[in-house]
Parts: sequence; structure tokens; C-alpha cells
Amino acid sequence: MTDGDAETPIIRLVHVQHAYGRHQALTDLTFDIAKNEWVFIAGPSGAGKSTLLKLFYFGAQATAGEVLIDGVNPARLPPRRIPLLRRTCGMIFQDYKLIPGRSVSENVALVLEAAGYRRRLIPQKVRAVLRLVGMEAHANSLPPQLSGGEQQRVAVARALVGDPKLILADEPTGSLDEVSARAVLELLRAAHIRGATVVIATHDKGLIRDTGGRVLILDRGRLTRSVHVEKYYDRMAH
Amino acid sequence: MIAWHIRRAFEDLVANRFISALTVVTIALSILMVSLAILIAVNTDIALQEWKQNTRIMAYLNADGTATAPELVRSILAVEGVDSARFIPREDALAELKARMSHHASLLENLDENPLPDAFEIRLRTDEDGWERIESLAGRLRSLPGIEEIEYGQQWVGALRDVAHLLRVASVGMTGLFFIAALSIVANTIRLVVYSRKEEVDIMRLVGASEVFIRAPFYISGSIQGLVGAAIGIAALFAVFNALAVRAAFGVMAEFIQFRFLSPWVLTAIIAASMVVGALGAHLSLRRKLSV
Repeated sequence: MTDGDAETPIIRLVHVQHAYGRHQALTDLTFDIAKNEWVFIAGPSGAGKSTLLKLFYFGAQATAGEVLIDGVNPARLPPRRIPLLRRTCGMIFQDYKLIPGRSVSENVALVLEAAGYRRRLIPQKVRAVLRLVGMEAHANSLPPQLSGGEQQRVAVARALVGDPKLILADEPTGSLDEVSARAVLELLRAAHIRGATVVIATHDKGLIRDTGGRVLILDRGRLTRSVHVEKYYDRMAH
Repeated sequence: MIAWHIRRAFEDLVANRFISALTVVTIALSILMVSLAILIAVNTDIALQEWKQNTRIMAYLNADGTATAPELVRSILAVEGVDSARFIPREDALAELKARMSHHASLLENLDENPLPDAFEIRLRTDEDGWERIESLAGRLRSLPGIEEIEYGQQWVGALRDVAHLLRVASVGMTGLFFIAALSIVANTIRLVVYSRKEEVDIMRLVGASEVFIRAPFYISGSIQGLVGAAIGIAALFAVFNALAVRAAFGVMAEFIQFRFLSPWVLTAIIAASMVVGALGAHLSLRRKLSV
């Protein structure tokens, strides 16, 4: 990702389509997400939220249209550059995607090791981020030894440790109880306050409440609305 | 970073210890067989070289030859490739034979007359290498008048030469077989490891790990299997060599051949080749299994 100017949106989609074989998952999406924005992608299951997020973290390519991440079109880059772009994103998934055979600190350190950080700097950075998410005491635990909420906090730590400009979360609270879900959301809000752009895909309307920001509503692969959270709830209330 | 990859490679080997051990044993057996063929070929070559360096041709004379020995020696020395020619009177030959067969002296004591002919011991120039040239030189000597028979150990040297050739062909063939067998088993082992770590590899990709970062431990793992397999194979070969060499040292072969183990250079080349085969096996496996 480049250090584009402040006006350049961190994400820009222009007439983007994506199909899985004959199934059209995303249809004619055009929108921007500005730097340091807090955005929810909402919609029912199968609306295309996860597919859209995949386009943002280079897990899939648009079958038509143009996706620009901080001004860069990943489709025009050689495959070997994709990992470099991914290092500028922090990703969080509903199923945590932690490596079960590696300790909490090893899972978090993986991001820094993959990015080629100096080895002596890694432990202190990992400790700091685990302290931030309240998981320092579990640094040597294996993920299967932790609760769902704890695992997701580790996943958040892993997403934050590389100081990403963009944090992408796909149903981050989908398998958590309300208290854990709030805790995870608070961690993401803290990262947003520190300057990160946060994009959260969710079908949980309750999660969106009281958070501010913008909601992009998808329905069967189409963008039906782009509204501020307050208006989204006003409309739901009426 | 290398240390991190090596640690990961060892973790994979330990986690899949049974299949890894099987791979190492297969590589060790392949290395043992190939290096054994190389060892025999090398020693046969050494024996041939030593024989060539000490080549002497015995030219046995008929009655005419004995009568014209002073002229004959000039003819022999005129043959290209001949270094020297020493006349051995038949009496000296019999005395030498008696000395050699001192345990069976009674057999020779009852002879009415000396059955041995006069002879020339002909030494060749050391630059005269090449079996065909020695054969042609012997042919030219045989055609000189006065020479009844030429003897230069042609039968056993010929057999040794054929064996050396056969071993060279066999070692090339076995190297090819080893290459395919080792490559195949390493590729299959790594494939299993890749399967077992598929989830981890996917996660590594998601967090921005490069292909080199993801693949390096697999390559190292293949190379370690090659290294350990080669080390075990060579150790087994050394044990076999020691057992055979000790026996041969007291046996009939001791007079002809000084057995030697493979040189450090050859051993290094075998180990390096085995490591390359391990890495190549990993490459084959990863090309199929990790492609995006």
C-alpha cells in the first residue's frame, strides 16, 4: 500500500462485479471508503459481505470493474507483491483463524516474522499488543485452551500488531457472547481512534448500534444503501 | 530468520516422525547402494591404474630368439612405447621360480632339464596409457622374429576392465534409480506435511507471508532428510567397507589391490547431491500443493 494523500480513499470500488462460476456474488458496486473511516458492511447472509471483504484483502479478484486499495489496483500487480499489500491490512475472522498448534504469542508474532521484523524487536511488540487486548497472561497458551472471546482478542492482537492502516473484520463477534463482542468492538474502536480505517462485515444489527460511522447495506450482491449509523437506526425505528 | 525456518522444519520432522524416518531410511539405503557401486568402481579403477603404472610385458623367446638376443633387444627398444628391456636367462628364471615356490621345492628338484625359456622383461613408458595402445604394442612385440609368446596378464586385466566398465554403467543406472526413488518419497512425505499444515499455510498467506517464507521450511525439511539419509548411508558403507577391507587385507587380493574408501570430495558430493534431491522432492510437492 502506498502512502497516498489524505484525500485518496483507502478503498475505491468502480463498477465492481464478482462471480463464482455462474453465481453473481457482487453486482456493479461503486463506492469509496475514506481514510480513518469506521464502516460496517451489513446485510443478510449470502448478501456478498464476505466476498466484498475478500476483494479488500486480495483473497479474490473482481471479475469486472476496478478495486483500488489506497490507490493501488491489486489486479495489476504481480502475485509476489500481494503479500506486501496484505501486511498493511489487519484481518479478523469469525472463526479466528489462529494456528491451533502455536501459542498465543507465536500466532501474534507470525505477522511480524512474515514481514521480516528484526527478531529481537518482535517479543516486546507482541507483549505490548497482548497487554493492549488483555491477553498477556495467556501468551504461552494454545488457542484451543482459550474461550471464544479470548481467541478473538488474540485475533485482534494479531490484526493490530503490524500497525495496519486498514483493519478488515468479517463477522468478528459472530460467535461471541455480548460481553466478549463488546470487548472486541472496543479494541477495534481504540485502533480506529489511533488512525486506522476499520471495515466490519456483520449481519448483527445490534452490533452497529452506538458505534457511529457509516453502514453499507448489501442485498444479493448489490449496494442498496450507504448511510450513517444514526440514520440507519432512525429508519429501522420508523 | 533462517534459524526460525530451520526450527519450523525440525518441528515438521518431529511432528511427522514416522514418515520422516521412513524417508530417511529409504534415502540411506539408496545412498548406500549408489555409494557402494561408486566405491567398487573407484577401487577397480585404482587397481587398473596401478597395474598400468607397473605394466611389464614378458616376451618369451624361442631358440632363434635366444641365439639373436643382442639384436632382438635393439628391435624391442625400437618399438614405440617401450622404456626398457631386461634379458632374463632361463637359469635365472628357474632359480626365481624355485625361490617363490620354496614350500613346493620338491616338485622342481626332480626336473631333468629347465623347462623355462629365456625371456625379456619389457617395461613400458609411463605415459603409455590406454588399454588399446598396450594391446597394439604387445601385438607389435609378438611379431618380432625370435619371440615365441607375449604375456602381460591380459586375462585378469581384461576381466577387471570389463568389471570396471560394468560397474560404471551400474552406478550410473543406480544413481538414476536412487534419484527417482528418493525424489518420489521425499515429495510424498512433504505432501503429507503440507496437507497437515494446510490451515496454517492459509493463515500465513492471510497475514502477508511471502511464498518464500511459507515454502522455506519445507525445502529445509527435504534437505535435512537428504542430509541425514546420506550420513546414515555413508556410515553404513564405511562399516561394510571396513569389514570387507579387513578381510581382503589378509586375503589373496591384498597382493593386487590396496582398497581405499571414497575421498572426502566424493563424500561431500554425495551428501550435497542427496540434499539437493531432498529439496527437489519438496519443490515437486509444493508446486502441486501450494499453488494459489
